[in-house]
Amino acid sequence: MGCAKSRVIPAGEITNAMEKLCISACCNLPEENLKRIEAFAATEESEVGRQVLEMILENHRLAAREQRPACQDTGVAVVFLEMGQDVRIEGGDLAAAINEGVRRGYEKGCLRKSVVSEPLFERRNTRDNTPAIIHTDIVPGDKLKITLAPKGGGAENMSGIAMMIPAAGVEGVRKFVIDQVRKAGPNPCPPIVVGVGVGGNFETAPLLAKKALVRPMGSKNPNPAYAALEDELLEAINKLGIGPQGLGGSTTALAVHVEYAPCHIASLPVAVNLNCHVSPHQSITL
Amino acid sequence: MAKRITTPLDEETVARLKAGDQVLLSGVVYTARDAAHKRLIALIEEGKELPIDLQGQVIYYVGPAPAKPGNPIGSAGPTTSGRMDPYAPTLMEHGMKGMIGKGMRSKDVRDAMIQHRAVYFAAVGGAGALAAKRIKSAEVVAYEDLGPEAIRKLYVEDLPLFVINDIYGDDLYEQGVAKYRKD
Repeated sequence: MGCAKSRVIPAGEITNAMEKLCISACCNLPEENLKRIEAFAATEESEVGRQVLEMILENHRLAAREQRPACQDTGVAVVFLEMGQDVRIEGGDLAAAINEGVRRGYEKGCLRKSVVSEPLFERRNTRDNTPAIIHTDIVPGDKLKITLAPKGGGAENMSGIAMMIPAAGVEGVRKFVIDQVRKAGPNPCPPIVVGVGVGGNFETAPLLAKKALVRPMGSKNPNPAYAALEDELLEAINKLGIGPQGLGGSTTALAVHVEYAPCHIASLPVAVNLNCHVSPHQSITL
Repeated sequence: MAKRITTPLDEETVARLKAGDQVLLSGVVYTARDAAHKRLIALIEEGKELPIDLQGQVIYYVGPAPAKPGNPIGSAGPTTSGRMDPYAPTLMEHGMKGMIGKGMRSKDVRDAMIQHRAVYFAAVGGAGALAAKRIKSAEVVAYEDLGPEAIRKLYVEDLPLFVINDIYGDDLYEQGVAKYRKD
């Protein structure tokens, strides 16, 4: 029996990766998002709605061409780490390395710094968009996958959680998700992406909802029952009439992604996290 | 066809704008969002002078991204207007005639718009790079310490907007949704 092999990743490499991710995620919309918006523009019933979708597409092309952020709200840096258990970070503190990358990326990329250090009394801007919000999963292997999902305030504020009883069932979940989108109306910059987390507990359901947002847009949950629920929710949401920017139309959501986790026999937590049409996120694997 | 209008807004312009109109707005607009509004209202409550004259003015709810070299401003799309609802009626009382943002307004704000004859416009949320192209100059005129929330004086040309709420009590969000709702 030898010692377990570990792969060394210098902290500086993580900082460099974060810097690149910040700039790229804010300026370059994933290709699948653009295709999805184009597809919905072709079926949008409202003329103003189609016009708005065309403006959105033009905005995203302009942002990529000129490397400007697609939206001025370049958000809080939400970071998902999938860290191989055989990875060792050398030459610095992991969180500090990530925050240094955020600091550099937001400065170099002319991205907006939107973090205040304390929420209630002074609300002073930290001026460098740190700290990032970091979620870490330890996984098998010797790689480090970093996903950055900058999250703006407008859509984030339209999120919600409900601690339901198991008897509420699928119908309860469906109603909660649809009501949440209806209440949000024009605020989260529709067409939106709807992230739903079902199960787990009070703190994990919202995390599942957020993870649902970083799935490739329009991808399906591998569980057919949940995939069917995603389709059904998307159809129902697009019947609400909210439309692009809430001005009325048939394209309210571009996708609904549902993630689930085991939960207590007494519980049925449901969380909804919304993303705007920009829905920025990008990954790098080291 | 979009209606071309210029700031400051006069009574006649405000009176001919209707919910659902598309507008191309040109002229000076001032930026202000959460923290700047809080400070403006505090000044009004203390009876002090405001750093900007609100008569006929339009406030754009935006916290722009920093400008890249050679550009007057970075990406600059609208932020959610509802957060400014607690402050907006007081600013209308002090002369503000227009607001640009995105998302719903409270009943109090809509009532104040009828009373003080002011209009609420929506710009396309998220399309910040596109909006920045219509902003020809920008300078910070108050509260520099607030960073993206500072008050800026912008000069805009043909900024594309939708009239959401007019002085007659109509609301494009309600009307648009009612038209396409199928559930």
